[in-house]
Amino acid sequence: MTTPHAHVPGASIFDRLEALLPFVSKPIQYVGGELNAVQKPWDSVDVRWAIMYPDAYEVGAPNQGVQILYEVINERPDALAERTYAVWPDLEKLMRENQVPQFTVDSHRALGDFDVVGMSFSTELGYTNMLTAIDLAGVPVLAADRDDTHPIIVAGGHAAFNPETIAEFVDAAVMGDGEEAVLLITDIVRDWKNEGRPEGRVGLLRRLALTGVIYVPRFYDVEYLDDGRIKRIVPNEADIPWRVRKFTLMDLDSWPYPKAPLVPLAETVHERMSVEIFRGCTRGCRFCQAGMITRPVRERSITGIAEMVENGLCKTGYEEVGLLSLSSADHTEIAEIAKGLADRYEGTETALSLPSTRVDAFNIDLANELSRNGRRSGLTFAPEGGSERMRKVINKQVTEEDLIRTVSAAYGAGWRQVKLYFMVGLPTETDEDVMQVAELAREVIKAGRAASGRRDIRCTVSIGGFVPKPHTPFQWASQLNHEATDARLHKLRDAIRADREYGKSIGLRYHDGKPGIVEGLLSRGDRRVGRVILQAWRDGARFDGWSEHFSFDRWMNAAAVALADEPVDVDWFTTRERQQSEVLPWGHLDSGLDADWLWEDWQDSLSEVGVEDCRWTPCFDCGVCDQMETEIQVGPTGVVTLPMPTVRTTAVLAEIDA
Amino acid sequence: MSRKPPERDVALAVQKLRVHYAKRGRLRFSSHRDFQRALERALRRAEVPMAYSAGFSPHPKISYANSAPTGVASEAEYVEIGVTKQCDPERMRVALDEALPPGLDVVDVVTAATPDFVNRLEASRWRFELPGVDLVTAQAAADAFLAQSEVIVERLMKNGIRKFDTREAVVSLTVSDESGVSGSQGSGAGDSCAILEVVTRHVTPSVRPDDLLAALRIAAHLVPPVPPRVTRLAQGPLVPGSTEIGDPFAPDRAALVSTS
Repeated sequence: MTTPHAHVPGASIFDRLEALLPFVSKPIQYVGGELNAVQKPWDSVDVRWAIMYPDAYEVGAPNQGVQILYEVINERPDALAERTYAVWPDLEKLMRENQVPQFTVDSHRALGDFDVVGMSFSTELGYTNMLTAIDLAGVPVLAADRDDTHPIIVAGGHAAFNPETIAEFVDAAVMGDGEEAVLLITDIVRDWKNEGRPEGRVGLLRRLALTGVIYVPRFYDVEYLDDGRIKRIVPNEADIPWRVRKFTLMDLDSWPYPKAPLVPLAETVHERMSVEIFRGCTRGCRFCQAGMITRPVRERSITGIAEMVENGLCKTGYEEVGLLSLSSADHTEIAEIAKGLADRYEGTETALSLPSTRVDAFNIDLANELSRNGRRSGLTFAPEGGSERMRKVINKQVTEEDLIRTVSAAYGAGWRQVKLYFMVGLPTETDEDVMQVAELAREVIKAGRAASGRRDIRCTVSIGGFVPKPHTPFQWASQLNHEATDARLHKLRDAIRADREYGKSIGLRYHDGKPGIVEGLLSRGDRRVGRVILQAWRDGARFDGWSEHFSFDRWMNAAAVALADEPVDVDWFTTRERQQSEVLPWGHLDSGLDADWLWEDWQDSLSEVGVEDCRWTPCFDCGVCDQMETEIQVGPTGVVTLPMPTVRTTAVLAEIDA
Repeated sequence: MSRKPPERDVALAVQKLRVHYAKRGRLRFSSHRDFQRALERALRRAEVPMAYSAGFSPHPKISYANSAPTGVASEAEYVEIGVTKQCDPERMRVALDEALPPGLDVVDVVTAATPDFVNRLEASRWRFELPGVDLVTAQAAADAFLAQSEVIVERLMKNGIRKFDTREAVVSLTVSDESGVSGSQGSGAGDSCAILEVVTRHVTPSVRPDDLLAALRIAAHLVPPVPPRVTRLAQGPLVPGSTEIGDPFAPDRAALVSTS
């Protein structure tokens, strides 16, 4: 796309965008102006980043990863960062008609003007939105077609642990914690620019690749066997490393970001401030990619947390603080943190929430502590598997007695509703395992009625379809096809509906199995799947995480076209079980997890053998601490009191005269 | 066992403050709900001792009046805030303005000393900038509109499409011109820009800027080539016998002077 307007790099395009805004829904999401947003002069820095969360503003704006990197980069005097989000199809159409490029919301600069575009992928379903943004920016969607005038596009986030499906679109990918990664990339880009851009774009990408921690797909060739499996993945230049490592940030207390959380004007999916209380999880749930790829556990100290909460509240005015992590009740000092914060903010209309799903009574004590102010958020527990056997397969070490004891305590303490989260389509699962979900829900209601003495208590069962993910013990597993997934869900639904005694107290929420197949294709695919993404996008795929925009048929048609000449198809990538000897598309990308350990854990899973949490038991040699030279950082520190808050003066009061 | 709302000191409002604010520039695209959230957070940052309602989910005691539609800028928006401790209006103005994002600007704050504030907001003065429309065309459209006794428009409401008159609510409609640098006419249709100023009475259903533009299209076939920029310039009591809008804070100021 070329623009007829004379455009000065870094100049605002807001005038041209403004003329389109009266015709689109929720225009506020495109104008920026968030509290704590940063605008730096274009010419004051050497390196300019645009960070994209490739989903709608209402989903992307609260994202912690983006907010952290935005601040980390903007704190550097030699760099700036602005944010951009996916535009809805109504605005996309108008932007194409009027040649308005993809823009950042901070200063409304054209995306193509930046040096680096960082793409934050929490999920694979943002890939088509990335292509829309790149294309709207006037940048070629294929990395091979870009020249020295175009930004380099770097993928990050959990989905970047298998960047092979988007290898044709991105210039580089980074795995792991982003803070130090963006600083390193900024240094490399700055030096390369200041030296007069030696060897142009390829020269820069080579410098990134030589670090061993930034993956540049163009320097790796993938060779295939006749049957479609990968033969090998090899560097195509001398000195390019065979394996690329993930980043691991140690000492969270040294990185108290975001220090000034963004407060959007537009309504978003999280109307609260978040403080990350630890990173990583070693519970060892075998389905959980996040738990596997973010090891080891690194806790923020109680004093660090208290300071971030106080500082963030002062700077945002939010009424609610979420204490974030993969399993917040597992912080070694969570009881002291909860009590300390509840004491401090008692009577201030500040609510605290713990998005925790741990199934034990301790969780109820915590929830009670945090809801002292009267604001009571819902309670969610995640047994994940309906049957005891299933929970052993996935290593979710929760017994039915644990669950019943926990929900009884919750209903007894006054909660009227609890949410239970399960997955369907897990390895080795049978219909009978899924029907156990109904049985468990019945027992929960029975126990709840007994504990509360009321009949109007409820339980909501939410079911997600299991999608096998790279770098987990289930990376070799067969994904359940969508027909079988739907059949099991319907059987479960019918069983709950048919229950006269308890059925009306049980709510069931689930989605059909089709989106999970596309997610599975994108999760465990290789470079050939990139062609499917491109075809689906050309056929109109946008916002694939939104049911009103998602089209399964469009994806299947795209796959049929794009893979027509290949010995592989969608089933091959999704429902096919892999053997230990198979070269996986992400085999050259090092998450720290030892491949042999993952395989053993997969075999243990099939034998229904559990593995404990290494925070409290000896090491199981998953490989992370050895290979990454990291360690588990947990308390207790012995510090149980919170630091005093800064004394604030209320400047609005009238002076009281004697 | 039923849960009762936690016992707390529900401090009563000891004072009400009326806030006059403006919605400017790109923040004119904020909706009423967007503003509500921004204001509540700004009040907390400014440490205004807000009064809250009782119950499980306490809400700050804030009354909103006639907010301008999304996309329309305004120099004259009003809210009323209950506080639990006596506040100084000018300090409040400074602190709240500082806490709100640029573009949501606090113009004035007074202590509420009189009742029925919302009823005092009888009329609004709207300014329409019509880029690409020249003075002659705009004047002809205004004349055509004013010549009629009734101009019916349609609007989609909760209960479906409703038809209502716009003419009765219009107190005055004047046309001026900001074409070119010197404001001279005939500088080419591309950079001509007619300005309409319309005073409307607040009636039910309210006649909003979109309705006025629809009325001009229906009555005079005026179709601006680009979306007009609309700003509410003033809101308040209609000065009897004129088309002027008075200061809605005047009675509060007068009452404070007479009591001090």
